[in-house]
Amino acid sequence: MHAESDIRIPLIIENKSYRQISDDIIRPIEGKANKWWYAMFTLSALAFLWGIGCLAYTIGTGIGVWGSNNGVDWAWDITNFVWWIGIGHAGTLISAVLLLFRQKWRMAINRSAEAMTIFAVMCAAIFVTLHTGRPWLDYMLFPLPNQFGSLWPNFNSPLLWDVFAVSTYFTVSLVFWYIGLIPDFAMVRDRIIAPKVKKIYTILSFGWGGGAKHWQRFEEVSLVLAGLSTPLVFSVHSIVSFDFATSIVPGWHTTIFPPYFVSGAVFSGFAMVLTLMLIVRKVFSLEAYLTVKHVEYMNIVIIVTGSIVGVAYLTELFISWYSGVEFEQYAFINRATGPYWWAYAAMMTCNVVTPQLFWFKKIRTSLIATFIISIFVNIGMWFERFVIIVPTLCRTFLPSTWNMYHPSFVDIGIFVGTIGMFFTFFLLYARTFPVIAQAELKSIVKSSSREHKEKAKHAHH
Amino acid sequence: MSATKKIIHGIYDDEVPLMEGCKKLRAAGIRIADVFTPFPVHGLDQTIGLERTRIAICAFIYGITGTALATLMMWYMMVHDWPNDIGGKPNWNYYTAIPAFIPITFESTVFCAAHGMALTYFLRCWLIPGTAPKNPDPRTTDDKFMIYLELNEEQSTKADSILKETGASEVNYKGTVAVKDHH
Repeated sequence: MHAESDIRIPLIIENKSYRQISDDIIRPIEGKANKWWYAMFTLSALAFLWGIGCLAYTIGTGIGVWGSNNGVDWAWDITNFVWWIGIGHAGTLISAVLLLFRQKWRMAINRSAEAMTIFAVMCAAIFVTLHTGRPWLDYMLFPLPNQFGSLWPNFNSPLLWDVFAVSTYFTVSLVFWYIGLIPDFAMVRDRIIAPKVKKIYTILSFGWGGGAKHWQRFEEVSLVLAGLSTPLVFSVHSIVSFDFATSIVPGWHTTIFPPYFVSGAVFSGFAMVLTLMLIVRKVFSLEAYLTVKHVEYMNIVIIVTGSIVGVAYLTELFISWYSGVEFEQYAFINRATGPYWWAYAAMMTCNVVTPQLFWFKKIRTSLIATFIISIFVNIGMWFERFVIIVPTLCRTFLPSTWNMYHPSFVDIGIFVGTIGMFFTFFLLYARTFPVIAQAELKSIVKSSSREHKEKAKHAHH
Repeated sequence: MSATKKIIHGIYDDEVPLMEGCKKLRAAGIRIADVFTPFPVHGLDQTIGLERTRIAICAFIYGITGTALATLMMWYMMVHDWPNDIGGKPNWNYYTAIPAFIPITFESTVFCAAHGMALTYFLRCWLIPGTAPKNPDPRTTDDKFMIYLELNEEQSTKADSILKETGASEVNYKGTVAVKDHH
C-alpha cells in the first residue's frame, strides 16, 4: 500500500471522487474542440504539409537540395535527429524510471509524456531514413539475405547499432504506452454513448474488463517493461552518442559523450514535457491533477540534468586543454571563437545559465517562468547538437577542406515540417486519447489527494 | 445431472468495503469467481487468493532467446559467413569480436523480452481488438467495484448477507450459469 506523510503536498489538489476523475478525463474526448484547437491544428497541419512537400522534393530531386556539402556531410539532418530522439527520452524516463522509484507524481504526466516520445521518435526516424541519400535502399540496413553474396550490414558500426537501438526503443515504448492505455480506453468505451464512437473504443480497448487476475498481470507487465525501458533509455542515447564518440574527429572522440548525451536528452525531454503540459492543463482544465508541485518536480529534474550537461561542457573544455592534443584544443577554440561562435553562445546561455534559475523557489514554482525557460532549454539543446556537428565539421584536420555550411530552404522546411507533424499528432491525441492515466490516478486518491490528507489531519486531533 | 449456479454481482462504491467483503466471503469458504475494479486495488490479490503471475519469468526466457538470437546472427554474419577486415579489428572468432556486438545483443534481448511478454500478456488475458468487454457491468471501469460470484442456492443466501453487511450498495442477480460436471 502506498503510504505517505499527511504533511506531504498532495498530488490531487481538489476534492475529486473516482467518478469526477473519469468525468474530467473524458470531457475533452466527448466534447467539441474550441477555436484554439482548430487554430493550432491548422497551423501544425500546414507546417506538416510543407514538410511533406520538402521531403518529396528531396527524394525526387536528390540529396543535393540540402545544404550539406563535402566537408559538412552531417548538418541539420543529424542535429534534428538527435534533438528529436533526446526529446523522446523524457517520456520513457517518466514512465519507467519514475515507476521504479515509486514516484506517484509521474501518474499525471506519463500518458502525455509517452505520447510525446512516440511522436518525437517518428519525427527523428524521418531524418535518419532520409539522410542516407538513397532512402529506397534503406532496407539494406537490415540483415536480410540477398543476392550480393549475401552482403551483410556492418555490425561493428554504431550507425547500425543505432538502427537496432532506435527500432527497439520505438516499438517497446509504443507497446508500453498502449498496454497502459487499454484500461483507460475501457473507461472511455463504457462511458461513451454515441454508438459509432463506442465501437471504435471497444476495438481499441481490446475487451478489457478490469478483473483481478488481469490487473495483477497488468501491474507485473508494467513493472517489467519499466525495468526493460530504463536501460533502454540509457543505451539508446549512449549509442546515438557513439555515432560521434567512436570517430576520430576532434571534439567528437571523447568518452564523456554517453553520459553527456543521456543527461542532455532527459534535460531537453523534460523541457518539452513542461511546454506541452502547461498548455494541456490550461486548455483541458486539469489543474487539479497537473499541479504546481508536478511542475516543480520536473524543474528539479531539469536543474539536475542541466547541471550535469554544464559539468560535461566544462569537462570537455578541461580535457581538451589537459590532453595537450592541439587538434582537440583547436576544436574548442573554434567552437567558442570561430565562424559559429554565436551558436556556441546561444547554447551556453540557454543550457547552462537558464536552468540554474530554478534554484530559486519563486522561479521554479512560477508557471510562466517555467514555460519561458522550457522553450529556452529546447532552443539551447538544438544549438548544442548543431554546435557539436557543424562547427566541428567546418574545421577538421585538413585546412584545405575547411568551408562553411548554410541550410537550404529544404533543410529548414523538413525541420519545420517535423515540428508541424509532432504538434498535429499531439493535438489529435489530446482530443481522442485519455491524456492522463486516470486508472492509475484513481489508485492514489486515498493516499495523495488533498481531501484525504485533510481528513487524516483532523482525525489525529 | 447438470446443476445451475446463480450469478451474483456485489457492487460497492469504494474499495475499502470491497476488501472487507472479499475477506468475509473467503472466510465463509465461498469461492470468489472474479473481482472487477476501475484500478488495481492493492492487497486484493492476496485477499482473494490469487497465485502470483509467472509472466515475468516468461519475459526472462524471451530475453535469453533474444540474446541467443543476436549472438547467433552476428557470429554467423561477421565471423563465419563473410568476416571483413574493419579497421584491423579481430574477426576470426566470436570471443575476440564481442565488444562491438554488445549494443545489438543488448537491444535484441530487450526487444524479444518486451514484445514476447506483451504478446503473452495479451493472449493470456485474451485482450484482442474487437472482442467484447469482459466486465459484466460497464460501471466498473468508472467508479464502481464488483465482486462476481457463481454460487448454488445455499451459498448464495450466505453470500447475499455478507455482501449486504459489508456495505455493498447493490446486490444484483443476473440469471444462472450451467455447471460443468467434474469427475
